Amino acid sequence: MTDTMSEVGRARRRKEDARLVTGRTQWTDNIQLPGMLHVAFLRSPMAHARITRVDVSAARGRPGVVAVFGGADFAAEQGSLPCAWPVTEDVVIPDHPPMAVSEVRYVGEAVACVVATDRYKAADALDAIEIDYEPLEPVLDMTEALAEGSPTVHESGNKAFTWKFAQGDIGEAFRDAPVVIDRTFVQQRLIPSAMEPRAVVAQTDGDRFTLHSATQIPHILRVMLALTTGIPEHRLRVIAPDVGGGFGSKLQVTAEEVLCLLITRRLGRPVKWTESRSEGNLTVHHGRDQLQRISVAAERDGRIRGVKVDLLADMGAYLMLVTPGVPLLGAFMYNGIYKMDAYDFTCTGVFTTKMPTDAYRGAGRPEATYAIERAMDELAVEVGLDPMEVRRRNWIKHSEFPYTTIAGLTYDSGNYEAATDRALALFGYDKLRAEQADRRDRRDPVQLGIGISTYTEMCGLAPSRVLGSLSYGAGGWEHAEVRMLPTGTVEVVTGTSPHGQGHVTAWSQIVADALGVPFEDVSVIHGDTASSHKGMDTYGSRSLAVGGIALVQACEKVREKARQVAAHLMEASADDVEFSDGRFRVRGTTTERTIQEIALATFAAHDLPEGFEPRLDAQATFDPDNFSFPHGTHLCAVEVDTETGATTIRSYVAVDDVGKVVNPLIVEGQVHGGIAQGIAQALFEEAVYDAEGNLLTTTMADYLLPSAADLPDFVTDRTETPATTNPLGVKGAGEAGTIAATPAVVNAIVDALRPYGVRDVRMPCTPERVWRTLQNRALQNRALQNRALQNRALRNEEGASA
Amino acid sequence: MIPASFDYSRPSSLDEALAVLGDAGEEAKVLAGGQSLLPLLRLRLAYPTTLVDVGRVAELRGIADHADHVFIGAMTTHHEVIRSPVVNEHCPLVALATATVADPAVRHRGTFGGSLAHADPAGDLPSVALALDMDLVARSSLGDRIIPAAEFFVDYLEPALEPGEILVGARVPKLGPGWGFHYEKFHRTAQAWATVGVAAAVRRSNGTVEEARVALTNMGPTPVRAVTVEAAVRGVAADRNGSLREAAEQAAEGADPPGDLHAQPDYRAHLARVLTHRALLAACAV
Ligand SMILES: Cc1cc2nc3c(=O)[nH]c(=O)nc-3n(C[C@H](O)[C@H](O)[C@H](O)COP(=O)(O)OP(=O)(O)OC[C@H]3O[C@@H](n4cnc5c(N)ncnc54)[C@H](O)[C@@H]3O)c2cc1C
Repeated sequence: MTDTMSEVGRARRRKEDARLVTGRTQWTDNIQLPGMLHVAFLRSPMAHARITRVDVSAARGRPGVVAVFGGADFAAEQGSLPCAWPVTEDVVIPDHPPMAVSEVRYVGEAVACVVATDRYKAADALDAIEIDYEPLEPVLDMTEALAEGSPTVHESGNKAFTWKFAQGDIGEAFRDAPVVIDRTFVQQRLIPSAMEPRAVVAQTDGDRFTLHSATQIPHILRVMLALTTGIPEHRLRVIAPDVGGGFGSKLQVTAEEVLCLLITRRLGRPVKWTESRSEGNLTVHHGRDQLQRISVAAERDGRIRGVKVDLLADMGAYLMLVTPGVPLLGAFMYNGIYKMDAYDFTCTGVFTTKMPTDAYRGAGRPEATYAIERAMDELAVEVGLDPMEVRRRNWIKHSEFPYTTIAGLTYDSGNYEAATDRALALFGYDKLRAEQADRRDRRDPVQLGIGISTYTEMCGLAPSRVLGSLSYGAGGWEHAEVRMLPTGTVEVVTGTSPHGQGHVTAWSQIVADALGVPFEDVSVIHGDTASSHKGMDTYGSRSLAVGGIALVQACEKVREKARQVAAHLMEASADDVEFSDGRFRVRGTTTERTIQEIALATFAAHDLPEGFEPRLDAQATFDPDNFSFPHGTHLCAVEVDTETGATTIRSYVAVDDVGKVVNPLIVEGQVHGGIAQGIAQALFEEAVYDAEGNLLTTTMADYLLPSAADLPDFVTDRTETPATTNPLGVKGAGEAGTIAATPAVVNAIVDALRPYGVRDVRMPCTPERVWRTLQNRALQNRALQNRALQNRALRNEEGASA
Repeated sequence: MIPASFDYSRPSSLDEALAVLGDAGEEAKVLAGGQSLLPLLRLRLAYPTTLVDVGRVAELRGIADHADHVFIGAMTTHHEVIRSPVVNEHCPLVALATATVADPAVRHRGTFGGSLAHADPAGDLPSVALALDMDLVARSSLGDRIIPAAEFFVDYLEPALEPGEILVGARVPKLGPGWGFHYEKFHRTAQAWATVGVAAAVRRSNGTVEEARVALTNMGPTPVRAVTVEAAVRGVAADRNGSLREAAEQAAEGADPPGDLHAQPDYRAHLARVLTHRALLAACAV
């Protein structure tokens, strides 16, 4: 009987997909408005320079050109792009004009724009703009940027902030520590590559403004744009139509959004801008780019005493929406799932003349997880234990939850033993270790490596009070509204802003259970500040764990109101009316009313309880008390061809615990995509700037993304340890794969190469890099051998002469 | 794609195409599958005044089985080449290499002739053309011109085609019995161009190599014939005992490998040696 089967937990196909994948939908770039003009931006070819002359006159005469603007044209009104996360009292937040006026600080920064009758004419006319630059020194390397005498990105210098956190006695932990692991890892710079490029359409009727943008954050954007442009918030409507992916890159207030609004205000005509892929690679905010020094003090038996982290985080040229906060989201995660007595974290944000960095899938947590999980493998080697055994000796046991970690977070629930046991069984760990030993014995040119990642992460951003204590500029609640329509179907308005996650489906499942209506009878409205007035949008795996709970609470309110009406109609006391499967029944009788009947009766309002407001609709805003903490065990086996340096992933097992699952198919999709992205950081992706500060990876031929053909079949499974901090027991699944996969892969590669003396390979572990690492080790090994031979010869001589 | 503006014409016969091309002047370009030309237009790295789309010219399409050679029409798609029984029987190296090109979408649009005419040393077919000593057939208003592969690849992206000439196709010699073939491609993702590729054809008898043809992809501004390897390998044992490896050690001789984000020249030279050994082993089927 389907009506008693719970919708939550069913592998429903996503209802929004048919529309999305057949193109019967509206992406921002599809929007055509009468009289619409097209904007093309001229972008700085220099990493750092003073703008000495801007002459746009010739471009004005080009065919189809309606207007041409340089930075000076906007100087009085463009304001500064906002940074909402001033992480310390003394953080330096430089002025960030949407269009550069007097100085450019990265290649790709907008310096002028053409507005024309079509996109081609706008692009053609860019050639006719003349700009003179006086070159200034680029600043490209974080360590050099902090050194005395370095050229500076901003007058104030290259340091944005230093942020510290400490708990326990770190000096004591390291004093006479039997084992100390000290490593520096490079988190290379990544370019988020959403399938849909950014696009903006701005229009005004002279009074009200509407901005369509391929954004993850229509609500936050509206507030921020109102503050930046001075357009009053109540006269500005922001719409995120269907959005094709973001991964954090569309969690931003961009220069193009501000400038399109200013242009439409100037010209009184609608304007559109859509980036090209190369323009996107240059100017979508980048991710990661940290230099991580991690030290672990441990006992001989592998038990950790303390962890010390010293981080340099590349901000790029400016602080954008949450740029400085990204490394802080990792600050509470370097201890991972492990127990220890002391923890010390320092992060310095550094300005360089590169595209600013900001949130990218995982934002801070992948970096943290990478460092601790790589370090755990190194610790295992140092103390001569299997890397899983070292983890077992340190992790929080299932019986110890809830557990307050050294970083001050309270992990509400988790079961690392269960996830790990399942993963080991699926992987065939012992058999693979035996094969590895055999290949090592045979000196097989193709070596086998096994990589482990036992991760946790914090998601469900976030308790507003915690965000406040971290100096974040906003809260972390989420809002939902549930409307019972007269015919008994349901309209949900959510403050989350899905861009590929399948909220319409998952929210329908939740409502179907909560109100006992069919899954098909629920629709979801999102992403338009006119119809969804309140929300904190979608990022940080927060939508279900925060927005989903707001939805549950709104449904409860609807149900309680409906119960009153039902009781009245059945002439019973509300306390005697039970609700299940969409029916209100008087306890112990067969008298019942469906929720649809109640909806219609409420609409008619002919016979309602005394004083009852004739509506069932309800709203709820939920602010969580705590984060949620998904965890899991990922295992990866790689084959490394030592002749070419090429890595092939042979098998990959992921056992994740994301708490209660609303839709297993959606979770599976998130895990697959996440793993792919994590593997991509380990093996393929890197934004490369040359010595002059030019981005070299401006096309997909240079910035490599894996396709399905480059990835193995993922073996996935789940354990289910419900979160205790929310009524659904959910934790979040959007970033787990990305966070877990990267260290699993690199640990596997290093494991394969240990017999050659390799202790690390910098990411991405390209074939060339692996090959060079082996070459260098071979050279060093030979030098060591020579020295040993010489020493022996020397000793022999000494022995002979004695 | 936001290219600069250009004129477009789509003739339906070869004569018409030649006439349009002749009239359009030096800056006109033939458009075949567009898989290399359109990216150049998109990046505004090419500014042709006219594109002559030969997609409807039936004479340029198809594969014909002749006595001593196979003729592959320029507009035959990669997909058609891979599926052709004639190609697979008489010049399997062409099919082997073509199967490594990009992905199914690109292979359904990209053409055999376009790959040769583009003269990209990172393309997989130029080195195959060189290894097999193909004869390329170009036509202009003056008639046909036969260009041996060894003379066709003049420089980086520069084929020996005159303005107004259209590549009609290539004659691929049938090598006859006793030959083994292999195309060894090393690339970073399935869709990516070769970091280095090796096209090898080997004739064996009684366990020794009688003759070998070896050409390298992406080891210089043009495809490179590894003549030193070809000489060194003649007469050696076609087995895994080391003489093929020794011959392959000379693979990078005379090459001028480029350095880019995917590989520096010394690494490419190293790869050429390793991959040539593997290609020889596979072509010898040992
Ligand atoms: C994502 C991607 C990956 C790729 N990966 C590979 C790869 O791994 N290996 C590989 O070899 N190739 C690869 N390619 C290129 C692909 O093989 C192209 O098909 C090929 O390079 C060009 O063929 P085309 O028919 O598309 O030619 P077009 O792009 O139409 O033309 C290419 C050039 O040749 C000229 N031309 C074409 N036909 C003629 C003719 N008949 N006479 C005269 N001139 C002519 C054009 O004027 C132009 O200059 C890839 C392409 C893409 C988009």
